[in-house]
Amino acid sequence: MNSSQSARRDFLQLLGGTAGAAWLSAQWPGVLVAAQHAHNAVKAKQPAAFEVLTADQARELDALTACLIPTDDSPGAREAGVVYFLDRALKTFAAEDLPTYKKGLDAVQQFTGELFPGVPRFSAANPEQQIKILTELTADSDLQKGVPRRGLPPGTTDFIQTLRFQTIIGFLVDPSGGGNREFAGWKAIGRDPAYSFTAPFGFYDKDYPGWQAAPGGTEKK
Amino acid sequence: MTQGKVTYKTAEEVDFVIVGSGASGGVLAKELSTNGFRVVVLEQGPYLHEEDFTHDEIKIFNEHFLTNNPKTQPATFRKTPADTAKAQPCVMYGRCVGGSSVHFTANYWRLHDIDFHEHSKTGDIPGANCADWPITYADLEPYYTKVEWEVGVSGLAGASPFDPPRSKPYPMPPLPVKGCGVLFERGARKLGYHPYPAPMAILSKPRAGRSACDNCGFCLGFGCEIGAKSSSLASVIPLAEKTGRCEIRPNSYVHRIEMDKNGRAVGAVYFDAQRNAHLQRAKAVILAANGAETPRLLLLSTSSQFPNGLANSSGYVGRNLMPNSNVVACGIFDEPINDYKGFAVSRVMHDFYEVDPKLGFYGGGGLDARYDFTPVAFALNGLPPDTPKWGKEFKKALSQNFARTFEIFCHGTSLPVESNGFSLDPDVKDAWGLPALRLTFRDHPNDLKMTEWMRDRALEIFDAAGAKTKWSNPVTEQQFVVHLLGTCRMGNDAKSSVINADHRTHDVKNLFLCDGSSMVTSGRGQPTMTIQALAYRAADRITALAKRGEISA
Repeated sequence: MNSSQSARRDFLQLLGGTAGAAWLSAQWPGVLVAAQHAHNAVKAKQPAAFEVLTADQARELDALTACLIPTDDSPGAREAGVVYFLDRALKTFAAEDLPTYKKGLDAVQQFTGELFPGVPRFSAANPEQQIKILTELTADSDLQKGVPRRGLPPGTTDFIQTLRFQTIIGFLVDPSGGGNREFAGWKAIGRDPAYSFTAPFGFYDKDYPGWQAAPGGTEKK
Repeated sequence: MTQGKVTYKTAEEVDFVIVGSGASGGVLAKELSTNGFRVVVLEQGPYLHEEDFTHDEIKIFNEHFLTNNPKTQPATFRKTPADTAKAQPCVMYGRCVGGSSVHFTANYWRLHDIDFHEHSKTGDIPGANCADWPITYADLEPYYTKVEWEVGVSGLAGASPFDPPRSKPYPMPPLPVKGCGVLFERGARKLGYHPYPAPMAILSKPRAGRSACDNCGFCLGFGCEIGAKSSSLASVIPLAEKTGRCEIRPNSYVHRIEMDKNGRAVGAVYFDAQRNAHLQRAKAVILAANGAETPRLLLLSTSSQFPNGLANSSGYVGRNLMPNSNVVACGIFDEPINDYKGFAVSRVMHDFYEVDPKLGFYGGGGLDARYDFTPVAFALNGLPPDTPKWGKEFKKALSQNFARTFEIFCHGTSLPVESNGFSLDPDVKDAWGLPALRLTFRDHPNDLKMTEWMRDRALEIFDAAGAKTKWSNPVTEQQFVVHLLGTCRMGNDAKSSVINADHRTHDVKNLFLCDGSSMVTSGRGQPTMTIQALAYRAADRITALAKRGEISA
């Protein structure tokens, strides 16, 4: 990835660099349908039925996304309805990722059993075990700027990276984009959900005395 | 605005057909129709309006709602002519009425006097193909002023000691200061620099029936829902339509300039939304399609008369691309800055506009204090590189830093390198079956060195401002370009330029080019102001030629 691609000028970089760009450019136009569906689903009193995910898969993804962006004293992926966003994504714009998800979920299950014999699946592991599993799965992977660790079930790295990327979008996208239920993600990061603001905006500009020329004149250095 | 709207038949020979409705095309349309000419503007993209714009990042970034779509309009990239280009997203431009001015950041810097004659001052630079402009800053000054007053620019005259002379103050005061501006001022002044309120093409006061900015925070990348951003769409295109002589025709993808046997352009051939081809006849053709599509269109318009592409006797069509060097540094502070509110840029500094040659490189740059992350973009790119990528610590970093971070953006010179630029890919086609854009680009080593140096100054400013943490992207060779400058440069010598100082092509009497491709040097990073000043000037020159009967003869 070319990191001089600037946030100012490069939408692709804005959404996660080359990997994100490839993902994004591959998805049009189904993403809008997915976004709308997720938006409706998370707004509904009763969660909509999953369209692609089995109940088992949904439960595992819910546990995984909640581990990627946990709920603590502020909302996490679960409160933002990320799993509903993912379900519809896998039916539409991310349909070609479905094999990655299936393979990845199987791999996570297998790895869970290897690491913690007797624990049947990721969602059944306790929180400490879940963190340990994800730490192992991401250790030395591209997520940590390294190479995939030997011995991981095949497909794990692709899956975790794709899942992280899509989870972040589902957590923080403007609700008009179908995620971020009731601004859960924005609340967590301190983004006021309003769309119109008046200066002063924050701590440092509240006592600004107004523009003054630099002391000692403005002659060129 | 429906009053006075006009439509022309394609067979009807209008005075001018303009290809592109962006920063320059919009200005040319307004000026020429105001001057009494019948004008058709052909725009590739749709005609969107304020009510169509959205904060939906997925729609904007994913659907390419406002920009060229790499899926239907692929491009290919290679570093040098010796390489085989591979398909990858590598160029972006606005693809809707208003062009890139709909989604841009709206930094409006004038060029300085030095930008017009830097080659004479510096002499030849190995590996670069520098030239002076055939016009001067003084020639362009009245038109810069016209941009500020007519398009709508907020700023404070005299605030930067490095500013070139100006004939009038800005029409509006600067936008309110943001936290990043206060902190940048604090740090930069401690180091003896001269930060000043950013000149921005965003209204700080209601003007001409348009609203002032309400600081929604979805600016760069997004269309403005209240017309506060001074895009061509919000500013000059309504004025063009109001004349009753200008038709804006969206969804019209021009792919050929039609010529007659006498070497005169007779009009532009385009696909409509149903992909039916039409020829719009005109007495003269003006290409304002941007620094990628203007040369592409010339290269697509080959004939036995023009086997190397139209207006390309010099071989300069598509060459010498200067996308501006750039790098970002970020700083994290103790208290909430809340810079996600509002427009992007608050303060600018031009102390490095002309760097000391003793430093070992050429050119210069500008630094600005800004915040242009959406929440998703911040989570993907806004955190220090050593931040955990998931879990409690990731979330904690997000929640602590989202509102406490700002960026210093370093923009600078790109030297023209002859082999850098756009050509037609021999293999890859777009969804219409036309040869795709092929980008060949490798930064001149000088530019990388200068950018590194500026990045180090930005990090010092963060320290002086009291940043808790600071970090930056590494400076690397660019593979994705947005500032599309220099690819049909202006000059007096027909052997080393494509257009003359009137924007007329050296080779075709009734064919004019006016957009980023016309620029001879890159300036220091913010070209739109200059592209529009050139368009106002070009409209004056073209009007004078037409009135003297020197175009349709």
